[in-house]
Amino acid sequence: MSTHISALEGVILDERTVVTVTELTQVCGLSLEQVRSMVSEGMLHPRGGAPEQWRFTGIEVRRTRRALRLQRDLELNLAGAALALELLDEVERLRRRVRCLEHRLGDFADADGAS
Amino acid sequence: MEYKDYYKILGVSREANADEIKAAYRKLARKYHPDVSKEPDPETRFKEVNEAHEVLKDPEKRAQYDALGSGWQAGDHFRPPPGGGARGRAEGFSREEADQFSDFFSSIFGMGGGRASRSSGVGGAGMHADPFAGRGSDQSARIRISLEEAYKGATRQLRLAVPDLDAQGQMTTRTKTLNVRIPAGIGEGQQIRLAGQGGAGFGGGAQAGKAGDLFLEVEFEPHPFFRAEGKDIHLTVPIAPWEAARGASVPVPTLGGTLSLKIPAGSQSGQRLRLKGRGLPGKPAGDAFVQLEIRNPPADSAEAQAAFEAMAEHFTSFNPRATLGV
Repeated sequence: MSTHISALEGVILDERTVVTVTELTQVCGLSLEQVRSMVSEGMLHPRGGAPEQWRFTGIEVRRTRRALRLQRDLELNLAGAALALELLDEVERLRRRVRCLEHRLGDFADADGAS
Repeated sequence: MEYKDYYKILGVSREANADEIKAAYRKLARKYHPDVSKEPDPETRFKEVNEAHEVLKDPEKRAQYDALGSGWQAGDHFRPPPGGGARGRAEGFSREEADQFSDFFSSIFGMGGGRASRSSGVGGAGMHADPFAGRGSDQSARIRISLEEAYKGATRQLRLAVPDLDAQGQMTTRTKTLNVRIPAGIGEGQQIRLAGQGGAGFGGGAQAGKAGDLFLEVEFEPHPFFRAEGKDIHLTVPIAPWEAARGASVPVPTLGGTLSLKIPAGSQSGQRLRLKGRGLPGKPAGDAFVQLEIRNPPADSAEAQAAFEAMAEHFTSFNPRATLGV
């Protein structure tokens, strides 16, 4: 057991981070062919025409990693993983909405009503 | 080390057939998959379920496991039978796999017990040669920070258990301490990638593989009055009825410090005001949204009662429920 100390600055994987297709394959550990399939399945939306010019955002790096994990661990095919990703995005969106609405409603107190 | 009851983990009987084991595994894999699950600590459960399935789906491994006997309880102190770990096939095990199995598993099946390799993803196996043979595994961790830290940026010390090979080539766990800078303006759920800070690559000398990456996912601690939505910050600000009616400048807290907020005359409860650019920093910075909430002073003295009475007498035609038709 050893200890290693260093101060590090990482890269935030957000919409402002842009990677090439080569970087995407390296970071996520997949082939160009796999990236092409994911693009044609509509899971990734790179900017640029030909694969050499494709640019992906940090968000898409995360999506790719997530899709690969789902495929591998749950034995999903590509279309299944694409559907799972879309549904997970939707769940996340709805959860945020619920949190926001719950917050606006605040705490309800029980009241007496008479007619 | 602790004995693991693989049957119990999958929730099947010791007599379960292959179909029952597969069905139980599939169901639990979906339930605890860290990308899907909202259960507490799904990663640990998911690893356990995978390990149990790895053993019970393979008749050879299952027989070996069953041969340990059925008298064990989960958590019992377990001493591996002599020679146990040496039986595993040494070739063809995937590094990432081996990281995921417990000491208990390795003591029975050795390092070679894992699946030779998982076909990862698109197009199925055999579509491409794995260009990352020898590359260390990627690691993920969650990091919890306060909203103030997200606003100002922070440095956090992380202690991570990373898999490593010792001098004898045995898999061990090493504790690695990292100081990580969290940049100002990071949002909830965002990920930070630290290249080369995951599991060490394997293979020696010049052939050593590249280390994997570390992915940190940011979570916010709940704040007593601020609430983040993306880069925007939401806040409810209580005001007095006369401040709402006549307009006023009131102090409001923001992550960057206290500001004076101008309340327009005739404001109502629930009305929202925007303080542009006063949310989490970024390009563009988020906004702060203030929701007004009118609070009445307590009517706890004769004078206070009289003040409310005066209002009632003055506003005889005011019906706050007019929109409800009552």
